[in-house]
Amino acid sequence: MRLINRVPTPGLRIGLALLPLLLMALIYLSASAQRHAVNPDDKLLPSAAQMVTAVQHMGFEQDTRSGRYLLWADTGASLRRLALGLGLSAAIGLVFGIAAGTLPLFAAPVSPLVAVLSMIPPLAVLPILFIVFGLDELSKVMLITIGVAPMLVRDLEHQALQMPRELLIKAQTLGANTWTTITRVVLPQLLPRLLIALRLQLGCAWLFLISAEAIASTDGLGYRIFLMRRYLAMDVILPYVAWITLLAYSMDWLLRRLTARAFPWFAESGK
Amino acid sequence: MSAPAEAAAFLEFRHIWQEYGPHVVLENVSLSVNRGEFCTLVGASGCGKSTFLRLLLGQESPSRGRILLDGAALAAEPDATRGIVFQRYSVFPHLTVRDNVMLGLELQAARVVGRLYGSAKRQARETAEQMLASVGLTHSMALYPSRLSGGMQQRLALAQALVMRPRVLLLDEPFGALDPGIRRDMHGLLLDLWKQTGVTVFMVTHDLSEGFRLGTRLLVFDKLRVDPQHPQAYGARITYDIPLNQDRRAAVLDALPPDLVTQLSTREVSTS
Repeated sequence: MRLINRVPTPGLRIGLALLPLLLMALIYLSASAQRHAVNPDDKLLPSAAQMVTAVQHMGFEQDTRSGRYLLWADTGASLRRLALGLGLSAAIGLVFGIAAGTLPLFAAPVSPLVAVLSMIPPLAVLPILFIVFGLDELSKVMLITIGVAPMLVRDLEHQALQMPRELLIKAQTLGANTWTTITRVVLPQLLPRLLIALRLQLGCAWLFLISAEAIASTDGLGYRIFLMRRYLAMDVILPYVAWITLLAYSMDWLLRRLTARAFPWFAESGK
Repeated sequence: MSAPAEAAAFLEFRHIWQEYGPHVVLENVSLSVNRGEFCTLVGASGCGKSTFLRLLLGQESPSRGRILLDGAALAAEPDATRGIVFQRYSVFPHLTVRDNVMLGLELQAARVVGRLYGSAKRQARETAEQMLASVGLTHSMALYPSRLSGGMQQRLALAQALVMRPRVLLLDEPFGALDPGIRRDMHGLLLDLWKQTGVTVFMVTHDLSEGFRLGTRLLVFDKLRVDPQHPQAYGARITYDIPLNQDRRAAVLDALPPDLVTQLSTREVSTS
């Protein structure tokens, strides 16, 4: 049978998916063991036991100075910033994207402006954000928003324009005015696309979050990683990176589930 | 153009021209149509049938000339006086079959929220369900349109348009994408609905036999003059205007004044 026609069975598919992950773990553990055999104090490739101890210390023992459980405090602070930034971006994206995608008079001034603004590298304006909004929460939320919102506006505007013209005409022949065309036809059809656009922007949002935390913060996952770098504490950094990856992956999964659950028509139409 | 019979017409086109820059699509088209007629529009591709329909819909305005509906100028944008069924994309994918038909009733009654509540909603739902029963979709009311076959989607589109009781129903190749057998079923359904409602219908079709079978009036669009160097320099006109199927028409027009009926020609046309 030709290779292009050979499809893995469900069991084999899961096995093949796990294989590279297991291989990577195996390679890491053996390399770590080799280094520890030469130098028991090696910090570069900590052993599994060392990482478990570090996680226990960060996540399940009170910090002596602040009295907090650092892993959970960092996670809470980071997720809060992320949720605020993404929520704000989604609201901006929805309002401006739909307005620009359905009202030509609104699109004429706004659409070119957003196209220009979205080309500004968000990290380049981070110093401005720190100066204008101060060093605390607001500037971090703003960085995420400035990085993500223009992309969402452009994407939703594009999606609104992609909607068959026939549907908008049909709505008008059913007695809709501009407002009800938007609320009953355009908005409901764009909500699942907003969730998809958000999923695609998750990676960027995390990037901006970690950058802002690394530069000016007193807590958060990004802050902790960059702090631990000073002590070469790979036993903390590696579990933190794994934890961030897990969080990001779960958010992606949740958004996907939400799309399927909340918009069954969208999954059915297979678009 | 100011003859009394024309002035009394339900729908009147007076010297319509439609041009896009140097490209002339329709050239001095005049036509008057009585209430309750079923006009089928045929012609080669690019001969202005769909442009004519878009003008009637209000999606475009004519470059020159006027369109009058009951003596008043036609609104320059689509509204609830004219229903439309397209070949595709006529129904809303995010609403169930029932909600698709209810949408018009809700939009018409609630100008701000676009939704009905309580007893008004129950009433709209009943009206929608009766309409769906008349197109044979009673058992699919809770489904989303993506689950429906092409023929069922067009049934839904017809129900959705007719529940609004439009004065004119526009059909833009509504059955063009359907299998021949299903197309025949749809013809029967469409004629039944037309007889029940007495709505004035304009239907664009590529299928000449469909045009002959359904219409009470067949309008053929064609270019009378063609300049080989400038194929777009001259537009199309209505070159044939053939009355058809008067027996069916007589049943519909019982309520209409007899002078309208006498206007019909007795010319027989075979549906070969």
